[in-house]
Amino acid sequence: MEQIEFNYPAKRRIRKRAHVGVVGSGDLEVLLEPTEGQVARVFIRTSVDGFRDTWKAVLDRFFTKYDGTVRIEINDAGATPGNVQLRLEQAVEVSER
Amino acid sequence: MSNEGYSASFINRQSFIELDARERAKALFDAGTSRELLGPFDRMESPWLAMQGVTPQEDDGCVVMKGKIAGQAAVIVALEGAFQGGSMGEVSGEKMTATLDLAAADNEKGIRTNAVILLETGGVRLQEANLGLAAIAELMASILALRKHAPVICLTAGTVGCFGGMSLAAGLASYIVMTREARLGMNGPEVIEQENGVEEFDSSDRALIWAIHGGEQRYATGLADALVDDDTPQVADTIRSFVSKGVPLLHRSSQVALYRTRIAKVDTSRQWDPKEFRALWTTNGSNKEKR
Repeated sequence: MEQIEFNYPAKRRIRKRAHVGVVGSGDLEVLLEPTEGQVARVFIRTSVDGFRDTWKAVLDRFFTKYDGTVRIEINDAGATPGNVQLRLEQAVEVSER
Repeated sequence: MSNEGYSASFINRQSFIELDARERAKALFDAGTSRELLGPFDRMESPWLAMQGVTPQEDDGCVVMKGKIAGQAAVIVALEGAFQGGSMGEVSGEKMTATLDLAAADNEKGIRTNAVILLETGGVRLQEANLGLAAIAELMASILALRKHAPVICLTAGTVGCFGGMSLAAGLASYIVMTREARLGMNGPEVIEQENGVEEFDSSDRALIWAIHGGEQRYATGLADALVDDDTPQVADTIRSFVSKGVPLLHRSSQVALYRTRIAKVDTSRQWDPKEFRALWTTNGSNKEKR
């Protein structure tokens, strides 16, 4: 298991937290919570080691569109980058519903 | 694509099996009455998995909810089969046990509180070994304490099914509800094959597995109390009917003499097939295959 952290600049306040997904094979769990400050912090725990660059690419792309000041926690059981992207978008959708 | 020739009721069916543990629990309560306790944001995860390089889940694969079923207070504990095979660890076990104990305490105070346990589990979580075994032992004691006051209803919908020590916990429930897709048994097919050889149990033979462990066989032989379709409203209706029915006059697991007599009639010197066994043990309706 590998732990990875990223920070991104953020400015928009978020009202609601969101939880989506399951730590099942090929899937992941995302916990998204509002925080203070001007930063979005991402904490990842993944069962597949050695994919830091891939995680960075997925999150870099996600944060080109998302600017919420949040703490995102990801528990991953080997989801594909596409799946990660979808779960993140789902979490945002739930938090803004 | 034309749906001609397909049954509309099948096409419009709301699958229960496709729901995750949280959605399953919510679907069984009276609409708008449920709330989750110790949810993922409470971060009650297993302290043992990360040490062994396994990614934990924030609710430890165990969803606890409180609300009303058929207008009565109820708790539901649902295991998430997709996380570590729904296995019981220290945290998930304690969540389930504490929930049933609090429900028992409420019953003792005169607040009738029913319990539904949704078991999709292979039993003890191997990474937590003895703690998982202890959790199941405690859970069984808690089911026995609660079922005196209010029904403890076990639902195994599939597709994981309910195996290992948790099948014993299921056996103590007041009522067991299964789908055709679900399986219930102490030793899973692969364990039996590994220990006694392929002649004893061919774990690649799916028809054989379901003929022995499947919901239809369990229902026909009286080891389950209801057989439901993979249909959310039907599952919820069935749970409501058992809540309304209350505590059974006699629990299945109290009928020791009956089951001793039945087991004594089985000649273990030869191989039985599931159909013969059904004919010998049939209690729920016909011993013929439903389809």
